[in-house]
Amino acid sequence: MTATPSAAPAAGETTSEGGPRTHYLNAAYGLKSWLLTRDHKRIALLYLVSISVFFALGGLMAVLIRMELATPEGDLFQPDIYNRLFTMHGVLMIFFFLIPGIPAVLGNFLIPLMIGARDLAFPRINLLSWYLYSIGGLFTLWALLHGGVDTGWTFYTPLSTNYVTTSVLTVGVGIFIAGFSSILTGLNFVVTIHRMRAPGLTWFRLPLFVWGHYATSIIQILGTPVVAIAILLIAAERALHIGVFDPKLGGDPVLFQHLFWFYSHPAVYIMILPSMGVISELVATFSRKPIFGYRFVAFASIGIAVLGFLVWGHHMFVAGQSIYAGVIFSVLSMLVAVPSAIKVFNWTATLYKGSISWDTPMLYALGFIGLFTIGGLTGVMLATLGIDAHVHDTYFIIAHFHYIMVGGAIMGYLGGLHFWWPKITGRMYPVFWSKLSALVVFIGFNVTFFPQFILGYLGMPRRYHSYPPEFQVLNVMSSAGATVLGLGYLIPLVYFIWSMRYGPKAPANPWGATGLEWQTTSPPPVENFLTQPVVTAPPYTYASPKRGPEVTVGV
Amino acid sequence: MASDAHGASLGSDAAAHGAAAGLAHHFDSYEQQRDSAALGMWTFLVTEILFFGGLFAAYGLYRSLYPEVFRASSHTLSIQLGTFNTVVLIASSLTMALAVRGGQTGRGKLAAVFLALTLVLGSTFLVVKGFEYHEKFVEHHVPGASFHFEGPDATHAQLFFSLYFLMTGLHALHMVIGIVLVGYVAKRAWGGAYTPENHNFLEGTGLYWHFVDLVWIFLFPLLYLIGRH
Repeated sequence: MTATPSAAPAAGETTSEGGPRTHYLNAAYGLKSWLLTRDHKRIALLYLVSISVFFALGGLMAVLIRMELATPEGDLFQPDIYNRLFTMHGVLMIFFFLIPGIPAVLGNFLIPLMIGARDLAFPRINLLSWYLYSIGGLFTLWALLHGGVDTGWTFYTPLSTNYVTTSVLTVGVGIFIAGFSSILTGLNFVVTIHRMRAPGLTWFRLPLFVWGHYATSIIQILGTPVVAIAILLIAAERALHIGVFDPKLGGDPVLFQHLFWFYSHPAVYIMILPSMGVISELVATFSRKPIFGYRFVAFASIGIAVLGFLVWGHHMFVAGQSIYAGVIFSVLSMLVAVPSAIKVFNWTATLYKGSISWDTPMLYALGFIGLFTIGGLTGVMLATLGIDAHVHDTYFIIAHFHYIMVGGAIMGYLGGLHFWWPKITGRMYPVFWSKLSALVVFIGFNVTFFPQFILGYLGMPRRYHSYPPEFQVLNVMSSAGATVLGLGYLIPLVYFIWSMRYGPKAPANPWGATGLEWQTTSPPPVENFLTQPVVTAPPYTYASPKRGPEVTVGV
Repeated sequence: MASDAHGASLGSDAAAHGAAAGLAHHFDSYEQQRDSAALGMWTFLVTEILFFGGLFAAYGLYRSLYPEVFRASSHTLSIQLGTFNTVVLIASSLTMALAVRGGQTGRGKLAAVFLALTLVLGSTFLVVKGFEYHEKFVEHHVPGASFHFEGPDATHAQLFFSLYFLMTGLHALHMVIGIVLVGYVAKRAWGGAYTPENHNFLEGTGLYWHFVDLVWIFLFPLLYLIGRH
């Protein structure tokens, strides 16, 4: 199943008869060839390793949180330690795993391949952004070793500026620096997509993965600087007592919340839009059908990016903003459901009467569609003022955004990783184990987070290390599910590493997919394509499975 | 940052290509490379607008809440020095534009001379700014324990001066970065590094410089000229 021969072997591919073929992985050896590389494919792998480290650390925090919550009493950690745990869990997962996540790994690797370019527009900036990310990460780890930070990942003032004694500044500097990494990645993608497309590759022939990343990049470019200045103002207020948020200095703490959420709400779409791009590729490929309503799906990405900037106030319904602002933010937040629903409906319509195969990436894609729908619909509930006032700061919120971020973003990330792993490494992974782990992840996820909807609805507040005994059954269920989920994440880690050495060699196009990235060898040569690809047809030309992809290489 | 925005076109790695000196390996033509560099720089400037935007938003909020004390605080700033600095910066934008023109037409030495002038004007701005800051220190208008303001609402006067120092400070930081860039570009222009095909780094530095000037064009009336019309 995994080794379906390529429908159209790349023209000009030199097979390994005369010794191993040169590709980006074996073109140069040694630490220096990696740490100073400007090849987008190698930088993507650097990112893959680093974000995996942060994912593991953030996951470790989650394990400790769930252990504490297995019993109603706060018996494992003191409250202040627990505060640090959930804060560091949020900081690591959001700023160092989910936001770079798909764009920095899969986007970095695939965008030049998908548009027939030899590299991103600014290869040195690409490397710089990895270094910025790493330096930001080191600052955060340094802070972690020195006690971490306990404000919640939101850093609300005046708590963060006047009261806590933990490493707010160090983590702030870390996030600030990592933010520039994110900006530079977005900038690089925008310029690359505008200027580096292969001949014939018009905007409406772009894969939807690229559209998703274009929309993401817009958010990174417009949003990230605002959180950067907000962090800078916190630093100024904390270190220099030059403040604009402290009421004692004449400021207004709610202004911080505005600046923070102006970025941090769109940041949710930084996490989910690339994932949606992945799902569009997977659904089309494994249904053997062109995506239903291509333009709608493409414009829905842009629509989500634009609307995403107009909804930040829904985080502040109970922060004292005016009721009129609340109503407007409520209505605008519900509007985000429109482009999101367009995507879900169009994926479903693509599945309809498709020739569906149950390969591992498709399992993740189907999981995504279901979980994202639950996460999205509960989002509409939360956009309603009355419901939000009731469940604000409860586990209902926790469950909702984990359905989007874990059930959505991470499912898409894993689906994408399984889809393009043969292209990235030139190796296949074991079918049985990968399907099993997809199933384990799906079950573990739901057992972990669905009970939290109920807990939140019953009134269990977030950010406490103890709770009334009547909540214990659901909490134990959640902790048990987290164990299963953790196992589901460990299995791929093992077989991915195994596959790099022992996996069967992958053909150029194991899934019989269209798309330029499948027209070059696996793994691709340093220059991506041996001859300049020319595109003559729209993407996803799966109308007849017997017909080869309508992409010409070497014209 | 800007140095990397156009790093790909600096030529250190592409020089080996010989015939296409200064053309990075992943670009097909100088035109594509120039378009990419320009779009990259403009996009970067958009992020800069948003970066300053947070401060402008804070300014807008607090000025609309406390207009009287903002006006009173604004009047303590030296309008003469502010005006002088505005003229200096506008003049530096002119010399920068002429330097870029020199690069476009392949006259590297001319470009270097204008860049040197730009550098002098930019430094003048910073020196004057330094005198202004010194004056604020002497008058105890720097936010903090020793802050003192004669007037009914010293708390919000302090807020004005917090914003004043944050906004002009961030602007001055951008000036310092700009001056370093201009010095570097001047040295390279004198050495003949920029050709009509490839002067992207010079052009990017020019865009950055104009942007920083433009920020000042907004800061000057907002901070110095409240209620002086």
